[in-house]
Amino acid sequence: MMEIQAAAPLFASQQIVRKRLRINKIVTTLSVFATAAGLFLLAWILGYLLFKGFATLSPGIFVHDTSSPGSGGGLRNAIIGSLMITGIGIVLATPIGILAGTFLIEYGRGSKLAEVIRFVNDMLVSAPSIIVGLFVYELVVAPMHHFSGWAGGIALGIIALPIIVRTTQDMLLLVPDALREAAYALGAPKWRVIVVVSYRAAFQGMLTGVLLAVARISGETAPLLFTALSNSSFTADMSSPMASLPVIIYNYAASPYADWQNLAWAGALLITFSVLILNVVARSFAPRSRN
Amino acid sequence: MTSVAVTATSQSKGGAHPGRLGNTLFGGSAWTFGILVLILLAAVMIALVIGALPAFREFGISFIWTEVWNPGKDIYGALAPLYGTLVTAFIAMIIGVPFSLGIAIFLTELCPNYLKRPISTAVELLAAVPSIIYGMWGLFVLVPLMQKYIEPAIIATFGNAPLIGALFAGPPYGIGLLTAGIILSAMVLPYMVSIMRDVFETVPPQLRESAYGLGATTWEVVRSVVLPYSRVGVVGAFMLALGRALGETMAVTFVVGNSYHIMKSILAPGTTISASLASEFAEADGLQLGALLANGFLLFVLTFSVIGFARLMLLRLQKQYG
Repeated sequence: MMEIQAAAPLFASQQIVRKRLRINKIVTTLSVFATAAGLFLLAWILGYLLFKGFATLSPGIFVHDTSSPGSGGGLRNAIIGSLMITGIGIVLATPIGILAGTFLIEYGRGSKLAEVIRFVNDMLVSAPSIIVGLFVYELVVAPMHHFSGWAGGIALGIIALPIIVRTTQDMLLLVPDALREAAYALGAPKWRVIVVVSYRAAFQGMLTGVLLAVARISGETAPLLFTALSNSSFTADMSSPMASLPVIIYNYAASPYADWQNLAWAGALLITFSVLILNVVARSFAPRSRN
Repeated sequence: MTSVAVTATSQSKGGAHPGRLGNTLFGGSAWTFGILVLILLAAVMIALVIGALPAFREFGISFIWTEVWNPGKDIYGALAPLYGTLVTAFIAMIIGVPFSLGIAIFLTELCPNYLKRPISTAVELLAAVPSIIYGMWGLFVLVPLMQKYIEPAIIATFGNAPLIGALFAGPPYGIGLLTAGIILSAMVLPYMVSIMRDVFETVPPQLRESAYGLGATTWEVVRSVVLPYSRVGVVGAFMLALGRALGETMAVTFVVGNSYHIMKSILAPGTTISASLASEFAEADGLQLGALLANGFLLFVLTFSVIGFARLMLLRLQKQYG
């Protein structure tokens, strides 16, 4: 009697254990499968890009400007346009972003105002870039009555700004207060403490932020459609419509001409690998303590 | 000793502190640029409201639920792009959420240490790939696949099912809302994974280890310890990804089909607010431009409320657990 009673619950609990282990096996298998699928997707996209892009990539792309289909055009004007527009964007956003981030940590730490700014900035980080394009259209393009490279640069600058604010703030927060206090004790005024001590201590991290912002904006397409538009010939005049790699890729990929589509793949290869390399380089500067 | 004290007081009284001008200039510009971030959001809002006014004045508030987009007759309504925006984002979340949960669980609970860094890096690279690349990949790789294999299979399996059949009916176009949703899910996946991984790592190791010590399986630890503890952050991650899916442009524009008719089937072509902006804005003028700007305003309201909610959730998590 005793034996049967003891054996029955044991059997039931064994069943429960088996069931639990089975569920666990299913979930962990699914989770490994999900990871494999994600990695496979990355390999597929990059592999296809390499395969299609390398077929067309040639020195001629950097020498010739875009031209009509079938006439052997390149991407020179788009590459230079992209560099200029991205350059303007980052030159605008870097000082503003670093100073705004400085305000959040060195001046406003713990204040209500800084908290609100931080929250708004976090919202701007994840704002859709097309909204920024519309904003700059209303702010710059509509009053000036024409699309321009400047407008494109401003749009990219507005996208880069919150990223730089965010990383500057995170990096300054990592600077130990003891360093600042030591500088104060030597009689340094606050601005010198910030520039000579805080900035120097946080330099690598801040550089990471700027590089990540460059990586982010150099692939942006949507905001340029309403601001820099595009241009089929070479121009270095920022006040006229300007070609950029992403916009040319967009126009060419959607076109019915095979040689334009091939050029789009070559451009896509250029831009993706510049962005990915920038990302890897930027992360190598980042301090380890950051996730 | 006394002389030091005297110079110190004379300095503070005299006001000729050597750093004062620098302090005012530097602190002043830092403050100004800090405020500029606030002004930026306000300015975006104001600019979009002003841009949206002509369309709302012409069509009234019913602009939002009118399903017409006729540049020939100059009559516009936002319903079709609004519908497409919501449906594609919804599809993206349905596919993206389980995958991202799976990857985040793998990274925090199952992954051997030597694989953690490479896989995290791969996920971050996936996030860094520009959205136009996803769009091209979608157009040249995914669309033919969908048209030849996936959509015919879906139509054959679900096309005649009761209730949901209409959702999966019609010819396999290749382009359409479902394809756009799938591309979007791939785009938002890395964002969800990287936030969720960070959020899962806020769970104190003692809690996790005590559960394992009691004999819990990996899944039980995740379900009963990790997820309840990080609930707020996980919801925040989902909402942030939703905000991105709603506003994503280039990945969608290539594959959504640009049709302003609302069809029952998710396999049919449609459009989203951002796709309609990308394909029509540069050539539009007059009332069409106004209608597009009004669409942009609706997108702004939609995305910023979702993002705002997400950030509040993440902020709450941060305050709770530092």
